[in-house]
Amino acid sequence: MKILVCISHVPDTTSKISFTDNNTKFNNAGVQYIIGPYDEYALSKAIDLREAGGGSVTVINVGEADTEPTIRKALAIGADDAIRVNAFPKDANFVAEQIAAVAKSNTYDLILMGRESIDFNGGMVHGMVAELLGLPSISPIMKLEINGTTATMSKEIEGGKEVVECNFPFVAGCQEPIAEWKIPNMRGIMSAKSKPLAVLEPVASEEVVKLLNFETPKPKGACKMIDPATPEQLFDLLRNEAKII
Amino acid sequence: MDNFEAPDYYSLDDLFTVEQKLIRQAVRNFVKKEISPIIDDCCQRAEFPKHMVKKFGDLGVFGPFVPEQYGGGGLDYTSYGLMMQELERGDSGMRSTASVQGSLVMYPIYEFGSEAQKQKYLPKLASGEMLGCFGLTEPDYGSNPSGMITHFKDMGDHYLLNGAKMWISNSPLADVAVVWAKNEEGRVHALLVEKGIPGFTAPEIHKKWSLRASITGELVFDNVKVPKENMLPNVSGLSGPLRCLDSARYGIAWGAVGAAMDCYDTALRYAKERIQFEKPIASFQLIQKKLAEMITEITKAQLLCFRLGMLKDAGKATTAQISMAKRNNVNMALQVAREARQILGGNGITGDYSIMRHMMNLESVVTYEGTHDIHLLITGADITGISAFK
Repeated sequence: MKILVCISHVPDTTSKISFTDNNTKFNNAGVQYIIGPYDEYALSKAIDLREAGGGSVTVINVGEADTEPTIRKALAIGADDAIRVNAFPKDANFVAEQIAAVAKSNTYDLILMGRESIDFNGGMVHGMVAELLGLPSISPIMKLEINGTTATMSKEIEGGKEVVECNFPFVAGCQEPIAEWKIPNMRGIMSAKSKPLAVLEPVASEEVVKLLNFETPKPKGACKMIDPATPEQLFDLLRNEAKII
Repeated sequence: MDNFEAPDYYSLDDLFTVEQKLIRQAVRNFVKKEISPIIDDCCQRAEFPKHMVKKFGDLGVFGPFVPEQYGGGGLDYTSYGLMMQELERGDSGMRSTASVQGSLVMYPIYEFGSEAQKQKYLPKLASGEMLGCFGLTEPDYGSNPSGMITHFKDMGDHYLLNGAKMWISNSPLADVAVVWAKNEEGRVHALLVEKGIPGFTAPEIHKKWSLRASITGELVFDNVKVPKENMLPNVSGLSGPLRCLDSARYGIAWGAVGAAMDCYDTALRYAKERIQFEKPIASFQLIQKKLAEMITEITKAQLLCFRLGMLKDAGKATTAQISMAKRNNVNMALQVAREARQILGGNGITGDYSIMRHMMNLESVVTYEGTHDIHLLITGADITGISAFK
């Protein structure tokens, strides 16, 4: 079984978010980067599947050279090899086209990634990759079992879960509790240094999204307490001060 | 929930390699997942979490500087230091278990042992299949190990070992003890004494108020027949155990920074959330003074460790340099723990926070592996050329 795991290189969840260049660029000064947490679930599941049934796990990241420590971590956790598409991941469409181009020239039984990255949280890449490759796309999956070349998956839906079955190959967006995050051991970290990491140049991609600027949410205002004896005061404030009703 | 965030005020992260940062992150995540959720309970009940030995082995924190052919990681000393920092961030007792196994058991077997001894013990010690301990200190000989009474006699086909060791981390559970004892000429040698050999017992020391999650005991030798092949062949004299202590003290210098970082992070978080006089206590000058002094001292200790790591990796770190770092950093951690405890007020004394546990642990750390005062005199002897304690 050949598995491709797509990993994003995202700011740590505790990062302070700010922007530079007239709010058009993310300010990465002092920011620690990690493997997207949902992508890490996908990677952990891929390694579990390989350990149970053999095969190989390749990780792919669309990013510039500064993402290599994140890729090395994926190798330390247990991926066999890695591909970095040497380009800034400017939007979901661009990233999906790069991944699809790599997947077209290599046959993978499974393409796994997180349900969404945790920087822009678009949750679009798995669907786009599947569309570009003409494959089924299932997300968000919380359980994945393989029997031969068929996968049975549990998927979260409004108010319950859906169990779906799909033959290889397909694309899936993962979330907990599909697998437990793995902590790399020292041997894994050292062996990651010598695992292959191929750097590919990006394929041409039409710009379909133009980024204008970023804004952070407004800071939380002070809390106003309302006397329960005068609930009409709440309506007055919502209508005239907050202007939301 | 362990929300620890490590302070890095001088951006030292820019100086570590990708592997060193991965190693630190792996141990930090391990501590959050495996140690933090259970450590308060273990300490409250004075119970050593035995299952951690195998987990430490799987993670690779036992003797990471030992070459891979003997089951070690073949890693540099800066990586070893970062591992000790993260383990002690969790608990000094947990770091002590790893320090003893790596620096005081695997290191002497690797440095002074025969090929057969290395093959027999190192892979099992690295994997956590075996636990080891180190016997140097005696009831009446702590700072003055050269006075040790434990001795052995050459009986032709074996050595006959008699004596007792005290304050030995891991001893009640250890499968093998590296025991330093004098021969008939009064020369110090190391014998590997295995668990279960007649005449050898390792009673546990109870009622500790410190390192409560680490198991400590004695080693008692009553006419123990030690096979001759169990002597480490390539060491003779007190310089042997002192070299082991250099390696362990080096790890402690890093470890203490971990404990201090945890206390600081806890106190900073608490000070920003705790409201008194309608504002966070972090807004008061006296609290800021405490926090600012803490981060200053932690940053200085981090820089000391970083440079010491470079010296150690280059094979240039001297005993006196290691003494300075051990003494400074442990004392710093103890002061940070005390200040941090005050910031947390009454909450600081409970097991809901790690500070009081760190503080009590550090009372051992400031004494073991060379007391605070002895290390000062090592610096004194180094700069004057005159020993004040011999």
